[in-house]
Amino acid sequence: MSLEHFMRKAISEWMRVKGPQSDIVFSSRVRIARNLRGLPFPMLATASQAEEVARRVEEAVRNAANRHPLLQDAVFVKMNDLTDLERRVLVEKHLISPMLAEESRHGAVILSRDESVSIMINEEDHIRIQVLYPGLQPEKAWEAASSIDDWLEQYLPFAFDEDTGYLTSCPTNVGTGIRSSVMVHLPALAMTQQLGRLFPAITQVGLAVRGIYGEGSEALGQLYQVSNQVTLGQSEEEIIDNLQGVVRQMIEHEQAARRKLLELSRVQLDDRVHRSYGILAHSRIIDSKEAMMRLSDVRLGIDLGLIRGVSANVMNELMVMTQPGFLQQYAGQRLSAEQRDVRRAKLIRERLELERQSS
Amino acid sequence: MLCPECGKRPATLHYTKIVNGIKTELHLCEFCAQEKGLDYMPGFESGGFSFHQLLSGLLNLDPPSGPKGRAVRDGQGSFRCTTCGLTYNQFSKVGRFGCADCYKAFRDRLEPLLRRIHGHSTHRGKIPSRNLGEIKIRRQLEKLKHELALRIQAEEFEEAARLRDRIRELQQRLKQ
Repeated sequence: MSLEHFMRKAISEWMRVKGPQSDIVFSSRVRIARNLRGLPFPMLATASQAEEVARRVEEAVRNAANRHPLLQDAVFVKMNDLTDLERRVLVEKHLISPMLAEESRHGAVILSRDESVSIMINEEDHIRIQVLYPGLQPEKAWEAASSIDDWLEQYLPFAFDEDTGYLTSCPTNVGTGIRSSVMVHLPALAMTQQLGRLFPAITQVGLAVRGIYGEGSEALGQLYQVSNQVTLGQSEEEIIDNLQGVVRQMIEHEQAARRKLLELSRVQLDDRVHRSYGILAHSRIIDSKEAMMRLSDVRLGIDLGLIRGVSANVMNELMVMTQPGFLQQYAGQRLSAEQRDVRRAKLIRERLELERQSS
Repeated sequence: MLCPECGKRPATLHYTKIVNGIKTELHLCEFCAQEKGLDYMPGFESGGFSFHQLLSGLLNLDPPSGPKGRAVRDGQGSFRCTTCGLTYNQFSKVGRFGCADCYKAFRDRLEPLLRRIHGHSTHRGKIPSRNLGEIKIRRQLEKLKHELALRIQAEEFEEAARLRDRIRELQQRLKQ
């Protein structure tokens, strides 16, 4: 099967379903790291050892007598078979990591058809199982990831130590190997300048806040990724509970800030979200940073009922579609930064027009 | 009761020996026990063998074999994982291990590091089910060994012997 399926649509099937708290929490993700016993980690693996890992994982998934229900129509894709652009699109859709796209040797990914599950091979660890669900449901994502882990384990022996847990390439992942994260949209806390107080508090309870494309990435459109830091000494359930508890509080703060903004400066807020909508609907040149900022405003306007007739999903879709990789994939050619800004503006206009007509 | 050996002193030491299912009981006074070379037996602290020595002797029924992938010092005095060849210096530079055995090779240095990163150094999460049987046996072994120590302390040697046999049996199973 070609990759077309994963490239064509900006928003994955799992994103079409509305999750709990989806006005603030876009998605919940759980990733677990595993390594095959007896083979060096990807950093030191020879080409043939890395190839062996990819082959063994692929074989397990392909030939298993009872495929895991979430992997029924899964597709196996080697990084070497993809163009730079195709890899980039998968990164922009959060299906693979930048590391797998750019640095892996014999990197590969197994993707479920609805794109909620991806199993990265030869990234930093031999295997990274990732599950993405809409809204705030890290627990469900963990259950799904764990069941795939159990299923894979029947066919593949994992490096495990009774005291240290699952052995990973980096000591920051050892133990449970779990990294659970939620992507939250916090425009009202940003507008009321409360993030500067909130974020340091979060890091004190063992969580980290990052931009939406992970470590070192910029926070675009007031979207933040909150994830656990500790992987050893706590059970997976405790880790998820902790994250969930903190995110619930963030949601409450964001909701309170939104109420406050409506109460104290409704007209200004209404003006701001509609101005942003106007810019998106009419501009001829827009860079990705501004696009994300305006999309964030419009999304807030939709969530607060200030903007009607545009679905929140269109915003999710545009946030992915206006990324450089996706734009170029869509255009079918490489584009300079200036060309991209023009294309981006055109794409947003067309998409919003389509939405207007259908509503 | 008087010591059956000398018939003079009271028998203060009571031993139970089970060999091939045949139980033999011995009652001796301290003097005769020493004479018979039984002074290493539990409860006879003055005989040069401490209780702890005996205990560790009992618990280490299997001589520890050298773990795979132990650290060796290389020419430059850096610790090196013998499985993948990564040195500790290299690890501290890249922050990544070369293989699963590096965890054993650098164990001593790793523990403070893991504590610093995670606040803990012991796994409390999920266990792969294929390891579950083995881990269950090991946990059971720990429990039995602890119980054995208590029985010996309480001088309940009959029960201690029974526990020792059970420990041997479980250790056999682990080896298979």
